[in-house]
Amino acid sequence: MEATQFKSDQYVRFCPGCGDHAICAALQKAMAQIGVPTHQTVVISGIGCSSRMPHYLNTYGFNTIHGRGAAIATGVKTSHPELTVWQMTGDGDCLAIGGNHFIHSVRRNVDLNICLFNNRIYGLTKGQYSPTSPKGFVSKSSPFGTVERPFIPGELVLGARGTFFARTLDVDMPTTVSCLVAAHEHKGASVVECLVNCVIFNNGAHNWIADREQRAEHSIVLEHGKKMIFGKERDKGIALSWDGLTPKLIVVPADDERVLTHDATLKDPTLHRLLILMGQMTEAGVQPDDLPVALGVIRNVEEDTYDQAVNRQIEEVRGKSKATCFDELTQTLERWEM
Amino acid sequence: MNKNTQSVVVRFSGDSGDGMQLTGTLFSTVSAILGNEISTFPDFPAEIRAPQGTLGGVSGFQVHLGAERVYTPGDKADVLVAMNPAALKVNTGNIRPDSVIIIDSDSFTAKDLEKALYKTDNPFTELGLPETQQIVPVALTSLTKESLKDSGMDNKSILRSKNMFALGLVCWLFNRDIDQAVHFLGNKFKKKPDLLTANVKVLTDGFHYGQNLALNINTYTIEKSEALPHGEYTSIAGNKATAWGLIAAAEKAGKRLFLGSYPITPATDIMHELAARKDMNVMVVQAEDEIAGVCTAIGASFAGDLAATSTSGPGLSLKSEAIGLAVMAELPLVVIDVQRGGPSTGLPTKTEQTDLLQAVYGRNGECPAVVIAASTPANCFEYAYQAAKIALENMTPVILLSDTYLANGTSLWRIPKVSDLEEIHPQGVPEELKGHYNPALRDPETLIRWFAPAGKEGFEHRNIGLERDSEKGSISTNPHNHEVMTLNRAKKVAQVADKIPQLQVYGNAEADTLLVGFGSTEGHLKAATDALNAAGKPAALAHFNYINPLPKNTEEVLRRYKRIIVCELNNGQFATLLRGRIEGLHIEQFNRLEAQPFQISEIVDYVKKGE
Repeated sequence: MEATQFKSDQYVRFCPGCGDHAICAALQKAMAQIGVPTHQTVVISGIGCSSRMPHYLNTYGFNTIHGRGAAIATGVKTSHPELTVWQMTGDGDCLAIGGNHFIHSVRRNVDLNICLFNNRIYGLTKGQYSPTSPKGFVSKSSPFGTVERPFIPGELVLGARGTFFARTLDVDMPTTVSCLVAAHEHKGASVVECLVNCVIFNNGAHNWIADREQRAEHSIVLEHGKKMIFGKERDKGIALSWDGLTPKLIVVPADDERVLTHDATLKDPTLHRLLILMGQMTEAGVQPDDLPVALGVIRNVEEDTYDQAVNRQIEEVRGKSKATCFDELTQTLERWEM
Repeated sequence: MNKNTQSVVVRFSGDSGDGMQLTGTLFSTVSAILGNEISTFPDFPAEIRAPQGTLGGVSGFQVHLGAERVYTPGDKADVLVAMNPAALKVNTGNIRPDSVIIIDSDSFTAKDLEKALYKTDNPFTELGLPETQQIVPVALTSLTKESLKDSGMDNKSILRSKNMFALGLVCWLFNRDIDQAVHFLGNKFKKKPDLLTANVKVLTDGFHYGQNLALNINTYTIEKSEALPHGEYTSIAGNKATAWGLIAAAEKAGKRLFLGSYPITPATDIMHELAARKDMNVMVVQAEDEIAGVCTAIGASFAGDLAATSTSGPGLSLKSEAIGLAVMAELPLVVIDVQRGGPSTGLPTKTEQTDLLQAVYGRNGECPAVVIAASTPANCFEYAYQAAKIALENMTPVILLSDTYLANGTSLWRIPKVSDLEEIHPQGVPEELKGHYNPALRDPETLIRWFAPAGKEGFEHRNIGLERDSEKGSISTNPHNHEVMTLNRAKKVAQVADKIPQLQVYGNAEADTLLVGFGSTEGHLKAATDALNAAGKPAALAHFNYINPLPKNTEEVLRRYKRIIVCELNNGQFATLLRGRIEGLHIEQFNRLEAQPFQISEIVDYVKKGE
């Protein structure tokens, strides 16, 4: 299929320079590559800039209410597992007002492809700090800097016993497309954190890695089965070390035999968590610079999905049951003639 | 002395662990099988196991049986079974002056009296029970022990069987053969043969005890009901009937039934029932909260299922925004609100009609939805079915009001066949719209929008909670368009009035006085109307099941009467609604705010007094 088949007739209204443009294009490309027909593709969103996404995709789409996208998507997928269901959500929609639905859809492992657009700000309401804004972040609703600690979305996914987590960056189209395709191929709740730039209210929030000059030094694109090597000269690698009883990751020369090979299928999340935490800024203006930010598919584990399991259970019960329609059901009652 | 009577009210009362609900259920079912009409109502504390013997732990079950016109579980009991002094005390106001009171005399020791906060050692005098009452002390505990002394059961298990002794005794009192009760016990304890043997033995001994001692008390004979249409019957609780109404509607409509729900008293039994009905292809998602309950249902509706969510008042509050989404996106959705006492957490196990205005108006924006109300435990089936039919055919959320009284009470239900039920024709989409469909396109006459569920080829579209362009279906902030769309949504709900039954008047239609009610008070208001007419005070009743829209002849009917009394279990919500809909109508209010069903007598007294 062609990416243009997934383009709707709507004029795209993201601000000029917004990172959502790039993800929109990547989504159209990925959906074409995946090849599920437009009528069997459903895109659900809540409220926020990124939740406008369904309007620009020529599929079944539903731009719903703030925070509830995960619950509505769960309903679609559970009732109709034959449909491919995407959820578009932002850091506020997903992690603040919709936090409960997010963790439970991840916990249940509903087969959803969840694109979490993280620009670390509320854009549509014009510039308030979000659950992923670093501590001390100055915004309209935190004129003296926030005193809150932020979520690191991947860590939350692991806390909810998530089976898939990938991270990508708006300006890195190839990684974005490959993460989106991988999210579709993974059966279960697949969370793709898309780091996007809000050009109006939080411009440059991801510059540490978005800047073309610095990206190779400050980030690493993980690939399953491949050595964790990064740097402009591809001269550095990631290795496991210990700080007393605490495992930690360190940077070593690329030819060091300790360089790890990425295994996204590890059920134990310990190493995935360390990878997720690399280079994460939790305090405004304090960028940890010892480790690169991990991009690509960090975790990809197979588990039974909620939608499959619950539909299978219905089939099993129906297979064994004597009554399968209403008139037969009423015959199972204690009943008498009057 | 044997009384031959039209109807009788029996109340079983004891500790919440005494098995009063089972006893009551068995007795009422046995009576129904013998041909009586029945209506039951359980009254249990919010605590799962309150301290034994205390007033807070009393659990009751009332059943009204009769030859005809058994509309309610009855005001006051003719027979009370009180398993302890606390049960006696709590029910003093619930019994008739000439009632028979069977007590477990073993449970009236000084310690028991103290637990129930009696100040003297003579509970009957202390409670001021009139001498006309026949108190029948029976040593239920020791007789049960005696009955099971060779059973090898431990003492605790033996004591748990004393409710069966009471049941045996009551069966004797009403000339009920215990064979049917034995049959039901057989079903209940299918997998526990030891318990079955023990319960049957105690039941039989209880029955023989009454027979042999030939106690000098009233026994009763109640004629068979001849009033009911012939057919196959069962007794059913409102929550179960609601669940089954949805199952039948899904089958008739050719849709999968989907329920998204979160546990909440007193609605949870609907979810329990549907979760057990996987054999009927029902999908139940026990969601993470009330909002997710309705939202999963909205998702399933978007994909073409018959989607429902069940809740009570606090949950309806939480679901408001999402119901607004279903109104805006014009998706079919059934919202079941089993009302309880409010506001806030309120009185979770008690009954009230206080969510009416929340159901009709409680959303942001101009946000019309259809609101209907069931009025008997059995007709919860019919109105759940109607809720589904209206939702699917008119592309609108329908809020179905039930309440604790209907949910937990039971009445006789004539078992229908699917072929006898009204047809359901879910709204679809004309094939010629393939390729240029959008979610604002609608039937020009009814204004019901055309519906293409997700997955249908060639009908891809984007739906929204934002205002839509009335022609293109895309986001619009155009002022005139908003007016057009607001009116489209309003007219679409209003046209449902063309499809619902006209308002009927019960009782003496020529009377000057009209009682008006909605929902679960129907039985009480019918009984009150009958009582008034029998006492020579002409009265009519207009009872509503359809609230929004109202039946088309509402104004015409109401204007025929000089005195209109709206009777409801709230502070005047339906009266407010009617005043808003019918200009200048003078309405009197009779409200009860005790989170209990009406007493028929208080309605009758009020109507008589006001003349």
